[in-house]
Amino acid sequence: MNPLDLVLEPLSYGFMIRALVTTVVAAVVCALLSCWLVLIGWSLMGDAVSHAVLPGVVLAYVLGLPFAIGAVVFGFLAVGLIGAIRDTSRVKEDAAIGIVFTTLFALGLVLISVTPSQTDLNHIVFGNVLGVSVTDLVQVVVLGAVVAVVLLAKRRDLVLYAFDPGHAHAIGLSPRRLGALLLGLLALTAVVALQVVGVILVVAMLILPGATAQLLTDRFSRMLLLAPVLSAVCATIGLYLSYWLDAAPGGLVVVTQGAAFTLVYLFGPRGLVTRFARPGGGRPVVDAVVHGDRL
Amino acid sequence: MTTAAVEVDGLTVRYGPLVALDGVSLRLDPGTVCGLIGMNGSGKSTLFKSVMGLLRADAGRVRIAGHDPAVARRRGVVGYVPQAEAVDWSFPVSVRDVVTMGRYGRLGALRRTRAADRVAVADALARVELTDLADRQIGQLSGGQRKRAFVARGIAQGAEVLLLDEPFAGVDKRSEATMSALLTDLAAAGCAVLIATHDLHALPALADEAVLLLRRVLLHGPVDEVLRPENLARAFGVDPLEQGRPV
Repeated sequence: MNPLDLVLEPLSYGFMIRALVTTVVAAVVCALLSCWLVLIGWSLMGDAVSHAVLPGVVLAYVLGLPFAIGAVVFGFLAVGLIGAIRDTSRVKEDAAIGIVFTTLFALGLVLISVTPSQTDLNHIVFGNVLGVSVTDLVQVVVLGAVVAVVLLAKRRDLVLYAFDPGHAHAIGLSPRRLGALLLGLLALTAVVALQVVGVILVVAMLILPGATAQLLTDRFSRMLLLAPVLSAVCATIGLYLSYWLDAAPGGLVVVTQGAAFTLVYLFGPRGLVTRFARPGGGRPVVDAVVHGDRL
Repeated sequence: MTTAAVEVDGLTVRYGPLVALDGVSLRLDPGTVCGLIGMNGSGKSTLFKSVMGLLRADAGRVRIAGHDPAVARRRGVVGYVPQAEAVDWSFPVSVRDVVTMGRYGRLGALRRTRAADRVAVADALARVELTDLADRQIGQLSGGQRKRAFVARGIAQGAEVLLLDEPFAGVDKRSEATMSALLTDLAAAGCAVLIATHDLHALPALADEAVLLLRRVLLHGPVDEVLRPENLARAFGVDPLEQGRPV
């Protein structure tokens, strides 16, 4: 077979084109957001919010509202409940996160089971990128565009928030508001990514690209370029693999992103193998620089 | 009488049943360097947070350069140099990026810098002698250089009040001297500098005055007077200069 057919044949199907566009949009939006999540240390929060939006999405479906509204409401509800449990009991934050998101997720599962609809539970939990309708596609593109535009427009404030919220406060900005903005965008992104990989694997797309990019550069602006490019390439490869191997697309997208992280972790500029292969052994690059120059 | 840079009047802060600050009043004039000393739990960080407006006071009030603290913050009057432990040194920002954050309060919603802002950042970097290292990632600086980067942020901001939390922790003697000279220069230019520190040895060369804090202001006066053993004993229970660093 002509190698070009490997690329072109899947695109002769409308469902594959819709799947490809949805996957790439979700991959890019998740990757942008992941740059902040990994730096603030919100990976677990990403996991929590992406699960907790489920009942919101189901209720929105029942009420005939846009999914995004239900997702944002339940995203904030989850964060509020986590904070309340942490602050008003002796339960620590990690346990509070575990309690809230699993309970809300379970509530979502119960709601799906009693809601008459064509929506299959498996599609929400594991994603249904090959069955994306044109309406779904439009929703993903619109939400994705909103999240991407807001993130890029507010990127400097959000970096300041992630790096030094104390300074943000000292110059009259509201760290609380910036944090809330990021959480709102997180809930919207969860809805976008849910279509592709399902609720369970959303967190992978929200962590892997940022974590991989973080290992490749010392500049946030470059992270913001590397993460989406890597994420989109991995997502495309994953989707093609799923076509030719006839295997789960959501799973393969995440496995490909995980493989990319592993390669960078081992062989990247600061990778484990790279460092030990260098003369001088495993001495961190940073130390050498600090001790190498004067005051 | 000039407007005080920082004026704290009868400030009381409680955490539940615990009284962290009990009727604290102090006045800091422009152009002075003031050391804030006291043991852990004496209320140093509570006082700092109150001046920054991070805590709600149970009684009393804070004025900064004659303004309500929220107004002062929006006007960029308050500069802040965090403790080393409070910063993620692996964060992917350069020294120049950090100093540029000092300008954000003056920029539009997108925080795009203009030529004047870039000049202000370059000037601030030059003031703290970090011009050559401006494009390094922030964590690739030594302890003293890191502190100076944050002071440069305050300079770029045009802060009239600079708050420093333990600026000498993890800083070698030579950097400490550079830092002291820098802060003295800033004060000479009219900035009020408030330094919370454990490091009493560094104070005489640096500060004009000191405040001895133990939930209340025990003493506020010239450094040599505050550092007298009988006065320190009131705040620390022992003479910390004799016994080494207070715990």
